[in-house]
Amino acid sequence: MMQPGLYHILFISTALFFIGVFGFLTRKNLITILMSVELILNSVNLNFIAFNKYLWPEKLDGLFFTIFIIAIAAAEAAVAIAIIINLYRSHHSIDVDNAEELKY
Amino acid sequence: MLNATYIALIPLLPLAGFLLLGLFGRKYFKNSSGIIATIILLVATVLAIYTAYTYFFEVGKVHGVYQKLIPLKYTWLEFSKGVSIDMGILLDPITCMMLVVITFVSLMVHIYSLAYMKGEERFATYYSFLGLFTFSMLALVISSNIFQIYIFWELVGVSSFLLIGFYYDKPSAVAACKKAFIVTRFADLGFLIGILMLSFYSGTLDFNTLIERLTSPGSTELSTALSSSFLGISALTWAMILVFIGAAGKSAMFPLQIWLPDAMEGPTPVSALIHAATMVVAGVFLVARLFPIFALSAPEALQLVAYVGAISAFLAAIIACTQTDIKRVLAFSTISQIGYMMFALGVSKYGGENGLGYTASMFHLFTHAMFKALLFLGAGSIIHFIHSNEMKDMGGLRKLLPITHITFLVACLAISGIPPFAGFFSKEEILLAAWQQNTIIYWIGLLTSGLTAFYMFRLYFGIFWSKAPSLSDSAHRKHHGEGGFAMMLPLVLLAIGAAAAGFIPFGNFVSSDGKVLESEFHLQLSIAPVTFGLIGIFIAMWLYKKQNDKPDKIAASINGLYKLAWNKFYFDELYIFLTKKIIFNLIAKPAAWFDKNVVDGLINATGNTTQFISKKIKGVQSGKVQQYAAYFLVAAIAIAVLFIYWWK
Repeated sequence: MMQPGLYHILFISTALFFIGVFGFLTRKNLITILMSVELILNSVNLNFIAFNKYLWPEKLDGLFFTIFIIAIAAAEAAVAIAIIINLYRSHHSIDVDNAEELKY
Repeated sequence: MLNATYIALIPLLPLAGFLLLGLFGRKYFKNSSGIIATIILLVATVLAIYTAYTYFFEVGKVHGVYQKLIPLKYTWLEFSKGVSIDMGILLDPITCMMLVVITFVSLMVHIYSLAYMKGEERFATYYSFLGLFTFSMLALVISSNIFQIYIFWELVGVSSFLLIGFYYDKPSAVAACKKAFIVTRFADLGFLIGILMLSFYSGTLDFNTLIERLTSPGSTELSTALSSSFLGISALTWAMILVFIGAAGKSAMFPLQIWLPDAMEGPTPVSALIHAATMVVAGVFLVARLFPIFALSAPEALQLVAYVGAISAFLAAIIACTQTDIKRVLAFSTISQIGYMMFALGVSKYGGENGLGYTASMFHLFTHAMFKALLFLGAGSIIHFIHSNEMKDMGGLRKLLPITHITFLVACLAISGIPPFAGFFSKEEILLAAWQQNTIIYWIGLLTSGLTAFYMFRLYFGIFWSKAPSLSDSAHRKHHGEGGFAMMLPLVLLAIGAAAAGFIPFGNFVSSDGKVLESEFHLQLSIAPVTFGLIGIFIAMWLYKKQNDKPDKIAASINGLYKLAWNKFYFDELYIFLTKKIIFNLIAKPAAWFDKNVVDGLINATGNTTQFISKKIKGVQSGKVQQYAAYFLVAAIAIAVLFIYWWK
């Protein structure tokens, strides 16, 4: 069985990143947008892990970064969901297009 | 020894009075403000007399020459080394004389106004304005710096504006105060440019240094100022002419005399103070202050002074013969007498016997202050009684107003130059100076002195003789009276001054170079002016002592000339034509168009463009989060591409 190389993983992470970006720009539901952000963050995590494993296997820097990002993502999800709940209370909707008061 | 504090107190006391009465007068001193101001001025007068006495008899004279003393000098604004605006005191004979004249006349006016302005709604305001005026005039004459004099020069203008427009609910008073302010302000522009030119060439603003540098032959400042020329006249002469324009504006000299007759809209005591005795002689004072420069370095400018003075004296005397408003007659006689002072300065030379004109001019200033203040205060007492300015409402008042009658007669004799009253001596000296230097001006002066006697006695006979007093006037006398003690005291004091001031040996105190000038008395030369004066008086007596139709017939026979003089030679109309038709249409309107369309247009164009662009691009701020994210993404990619392909 073929071992997956660095390029395979980079390909997956790039795909994941752009899927996330696409979701972020097109979905209207805030929860889905939050999920897209998670996808982007995880694609970055994959990159860190892959570079760490294939280029400098004796070091752990990439792993540390990944752990930090996971922790921050968790915190960010908590904040984001709190915002979404508040938005729902005031607008009775979590559609981003309904929250557009801050314009010209 | 002179103490600078005392001298500084002379102008500062009226200033304190102005502040006190101006800020709190209406509320706290509604009735006592007159007394307060009068007491303050009494103290200032005593100080001024003390200062003059100390100067003339104790400290002023060193080796027989009166020195220019500077007891106080404080550098206020320094522009560069040597060029600074100082606040200082300069004492010389003319300053000391002016201090006494101003404080004395002002004190008389203060006392007189106690009765004249009684019951006035703005009594306290009136006295505070008088204080401001007295302060600025006193500070003007003690100025040691040409810029200091300019500051107080303008303050004098402001206070005159306030006092002329005192009855601000009268449209004619409002128009008159605006006219006075604008005309003098316009002339002051010349003065300011003159100051700048003088300071540019001499490198100083200080009077003593300025005069010294611009009169000592061979100094570099003088030779530069003389060598640079414009239109064939040296820069220094131009500067002195410009300074003289300022002086002519303040002193109502031809052709800037138009404001003074209208200034009679103010309360009558104010006319006595400002428009007769003190403010209008500021111009004469300025020329006298800079006299060494005029005489030694810019004789052409001095020629101009002489001719402007002579023309003003003569024209104003002719106009005065036809006016019927008594205050206007007096206003024109003021112009005429100041014309005398100006041409006396103009014909004078610096130093020695030839400086007689200078002494004569200052002498006339002194005596004129006495009798002209007296005339105006007398006119005030007549107006107070009759409630009218017009001569036709008066007549036969000699029984009803005995004190006014006698004092008015003294003043009329003094101004007509009849011995032994004050005007005789000063006028004789002026004419003597003119005789020695310039015959044309001598004849103009002689003719004017005849005219002066004529119009003054026309006024005198018209008011006090002519017809019998009307019954209503006699009845009026019973409950009204002549005016209280406060009104009669200044009249009597000034009458004593007008009668006796001529005996002061003026040449001992004031001369162009500070040395004693022995003025000789030429009997043969004094015959002509006295004869002219007497002829004028007899003609006036013949025409006006009894009511008759002779004056009207004469006026009708020279109708054209009479009308010309009655309309003041159409100077007002000429000015209105110049300003309304020429300046407004040819300069003001294009300037307004330029301002509205070009200047405003540029500003508006900037605003409109900004607004237009912002309307176009405001759609970017849609409020849609995902759009922003898309912009961000595109920009991030663009920057990434840029880095990848350009970094190499």
